[in-house]
Amino acid sequence: MNVLEIKNVKKSFNDSQLHVLKDISLTVAQGEVVAIIGPSGSGKSTLLRCATLLTQMDSGDLLYSGDYAARNNDQGVSVYADKQQLKKIRSRFGLVFQNFNLFPHFSVLKNLTDAPIHVLGRSKEEAEKKAMSLLEKMGLADKADAYPCQLSGGQQQRVAIARALAMEPEILFFDEPTSALDPELTGEILKVIRQLAEEHMTMVIVTHEMSFARDVADRVIFMDGGVIVEQGDPKEVISNPKEERTRQFLSRFAQN
Amino acid sequence: MTLSTMILKMCEGLGSTCAIFFLTLLFSLPLGMLFALLRMSKNKVVSSVMRFIISVLRGTPLMLQLLAVTYGPHYLINDLGVARNKLIPVVIAFAINYAAYFAEIYRGGIDSMPVGQYEAAGVLGYTKIQTFMRIILPQVVKRIMPSITNEVVTLVKDTSIAFCVSYEELFTIGKQIANSQTSFTPFLIAGIFYFVFNGLVDVVMGRIEKRMDYYQ
Ligand SMILES: Nc1ncnc2c1ncn2[C@@H]1O[C@H](COP(=O)(O)OP(=O)(O)OP(=O)(O)O)[C@@H](O)[C@H]1O
Ligand SMILES: [Mg+2]
Repeated sequence: MNVLEIKNVKKSFNDSQLHVLKDISLTVAQGEVVAIIGPSGSGKSTLLRCATLLTQMDSGDLLYSGDYAARNNDQGVSVYADKQQLKKIRSRFGLVFQNFNLFPHFSVLKNLTDAPIHVLGRSKEEAEKKAMSLLEKMGLADKADAYPCQLSGGQQQRVAIARALAMEPEILFFDEPTSALDPELTGEILKVIRQLAEEHMTMVIVTHEMSFARDVADRVIFMDGGVIVEQGDPKEVISNPKEERTRQFLSRFAQN
Repeated sequence: MTLSTMILKMCEGLGSTCAIFFLTLLFSLPLGMLFALLRMSKNKVVSSVMRFIISVLRGTPLMLQLLAVTYGPHYLINDLGVARNKLIPVVIAFAINYAAYFAEIYRGGIDSMPVGQYEAAGVLGYTKIQTFMRIILPQVVKRIMPSITNEVVTLVKDTSIAFCVSYEELFTIGKQIANSQTSFTPFLIAGIFYFVFNGLVDVVMGRIEKRMDYYQ
């Protein structure tokens, strides 16, 4: 079954002046890793925000594992499910932000345990056990009692990934997870995502790291102007794009 | 009257001053949050009404508000006497007035929170109330602590305004002694009292701020 299904999403801002998503459909299968590339302003973040319920779609369907979070009514307007259903659906995905958005007043450990305890109703012991094993995996076991401000950007982003994983999501979204980091720190994040891919974690990753997308993704999607211009096998799309727009976009990366 | 009897008499007023001070904080800190939340309400009517109330409370003298709360009911309804225990109207007037100031401080603090904190909490599945109580409020408290300290220091001095309804606090008693003894000394003593009181406030607030220093 498809973990995520987005059908014909449309989204505009400023009283329908600015059409940011123009009829985009996307399905993601269990275990699939999808990379989304595209120029600034093409609507990549907006698509992730619609998928993670941070932004409401104007029109379109949104399903997780076959359950509707939102569906079109007769007028073609997205109607969202009730609170109960949305709460259930929220527990199925996680989102890693560009600028981490860790909770600064919580220790690293509490960042990982607070939501499992207070949202999922896990016991403290259970949540802490899970959190410690995640921190170990991220190479941050010794930072459990530190506060986010005491960590490097790369370490903070790894904590953010662990925080999302602590909720045991079926799918994990990343919005440019390395863009806020110094170049020498991006490697450690990419390594973690690569490892998750090897464990068949279902992921959708918005990224500007072309070689990473080519190596790790099962599928690459190129977005421009609110539409999916081209998608397919990463090696095909990135090394041998069919569309002129994709070629133009990629040539900018080849130069530097 | 010797200096020591003067000081002793004024110490009696100090208890009343403390009562105004602590009771005002006790009621105005939470009431201010209620004001702030109403002020930030998405309902335009609610937020405009609250904005108006806050601007009146901040834009008119506390002394006037105190007189209104103490004697207003008596003028409005003739049968109603003036409260025997002046502490009640004093605390009501002070608490409402200070709540208006705290509301603006809370609002500023809440507005200054980055939207990313709400979004991170939302994606993790926290409810709106959980997000506010667990994620936003603790950080807001830390951010606004210096402004709160300012208000608390002002409150210590403002308690003296209660003299205008002859509530027997430190300043009222000082003034009585000054009149009867035709001496300025009681005012000096009162000044020292307020100064020392605020010294303690500084120490306590400093401790609280320090306890929140573990991050950022
Ligand atoms: N809340 C909003 N209100 C108004 N316009 C918005 C809003 N969010 C996004 N936009 C606009 O929508 C367009 C697409 O933005 P989006 O952030 O989705 O692009 P992006 O592909 O993620 O770009 P980048 O690579 O720079 O992150 C931009 O023109 C942006 O200004
Ligand atoms: Mg973006």
